[in-house]
Amino acid sequence: MATGAHVELSHVSMAFGDRPVFTDLSCTFPAGGVSVVLGGSGSGKSTLLRLIAGLIRPQTGRIVVDGEDVTRCSERDLFRVRRQLGMLFQGGALLDSMTVFENVAFPLREHTELDERTIADEVHDRLEAVGLHDVDGLLPGELSGGMVKRVALARAIIRSPAVLLCDEPFSGLDPISSKRIEVLLTQINRARGITTVVVSHDIDSTMRMAERVLLLLPGGCFEGAPDELRASADPRVRAFLSSDLDALPEAS
Amino acid sequence: MVAAVRQLGSRTTQVVADLGSMALFLLEVLRDAVTPPWRLRNVVDEVYKLGVLSLLIISVSGLAVGMVLGLQGYNTLVRFGATQSLGAVVGLSLVRELGPVLTALLVTGRAGSATTAEIGTMVATQQLDGLRMMSVDPVDYVVAPRAIGMILVMPLLTALFIVCGIFGGWLVGVRLLGVDSGTYLTSLQSSVDLRDDLVSSLLKAVVFGVLVGWISTYRGYTSAPTSAGVSAATTATVVVASVSVLIFDYLITALWGV
Repeated sequence: MATGAHVELSHVSMAFGDRPVFTDLSCTFPAGGVSVVLGGSGSGKSTLLRLIAGLIRPQTGRIVVDGEDVTRCSERDLFRVRRQLGMLFQGGALLDSMTVFENVAFPLREHTELDERTIADEVHDRLEAVGLHDVDGLLPGELSGGMVKRVALARAIIRSPAVLLCDEPFSGLDPISSKRIEVLLTQINRARGITTVVVSHDIDSTMRMAERVLLLLPGGCFEGAPDELRASADPRVRAFLSSDLDALPEAS
Repeated sequence: MVAAVRQLGSRTTQVVADLGSMALFLLEVLRDAVTPPWRLRNVVDEVYKLGVLSLLIISVSGLAVGMVLGLQGYNTLVRFGATQSLGAVVGLSLVRELGPVLTALLVTGRAGSATTAEIGTMVATQQLDGLRMMSVDPVDYVVAPRAIGMILVMPLLTALFIVCGIFGGWLVGVRLLGVDSGTYLTSLQSSVDLRDDLVSSLLKAVVFGVLVGWISTYRGYTSAPTSAGVSAATTATVVVASVSVLIFDYLITALWGV
């Protein structure tokens, strides 16, 4: 259940060259809950995740993650902050020269003194949690899209992060794989109480799993519980949620 | 006219910014190379990929260049009745110039381009961001071992190139054209100085190793995250590194007489 803000953006403005992505964006993601960022392609959803992760910096504004303002952190400090973060990238971002086992074990080998037997137990526990068996020796190139995302999810949660960031976890997947990832994310959130921020343009999946939704539209940003947004009187919100192309505002 | 001046100014600013960015990148790599955690296993992997996998092309090229030098050298020397100096001609050419320069150009084409493409692909597939999110510095984990590997393998491959070249010259001069084997080797031994020629040649190779390692990792690390970006970065590595090697070869030779 969500309690308090775990990730908070205050008056964030971000632009790539002359193209603004956000102007004075403020929003919060509650601790322990599943929050979903919805919006069309190019609305800045993935940029928002990268800002939270400190992979890029905004022109103005504050981004507080787990009590730390990542916009003021040095690169070294960011490495410390990111130990509390896990990220599921859109393409998985698995190290392609390593096997599945080595990929999932990588954060433990880098940051802990655990012996190999304990690491193996932890890795198999996480792979089991995402429904994968007997894949230890496979390379990322030998996996299906859904398997890549599940391995990446196992790697993202191997060190029990406080915040899990998921960039388009359902994109490019068939309905079954998409549903499996959705169930997994919900289960992991409930079992481990990880603050989960999911970026997606899949309205059905995200509205089912979200406790809080941030909707990024060309005309503005809307925040609320799924039912609140569904009941919204704003024509832009209604148009997006009903996928009514004609009623949507033009992207700037 | 104004547009041309503006464009020139813009390009100059870009070049200066690029050089500054490269210098900062080099400092970062050097810092990561000399501070823990030590990535010895990664360095060994890179020495294998950059060095061991280049053995064949270096050996064959060295042999071919030595054979050509033997043939051309003999054809020239025979006119002056000085074929007894064939060993010196082949040896000095290889040790002072052709060994380090051709090895650096070959390594740029085979291993430097591969390094850029590999790092560029990691950028495009967000693997470097993945490392950052796991609190692992990609410069420390990916870049520094490759740069160190390049610096380590360049003098070793240069030595191999020179040995193969000398053997190639011997094959043509002695076995094919009838120069006395003892004369060839004595001429070689008496003309090539250990400190002035050989050590200097290997130092030149180290400088080329730094250049190729630096340029290839920088181009990959800063490549645009698209297939076209990786392709452009790989091409830029081959062009910039090759030209840099030739320019530095001239500068080192002119300044230190190596």
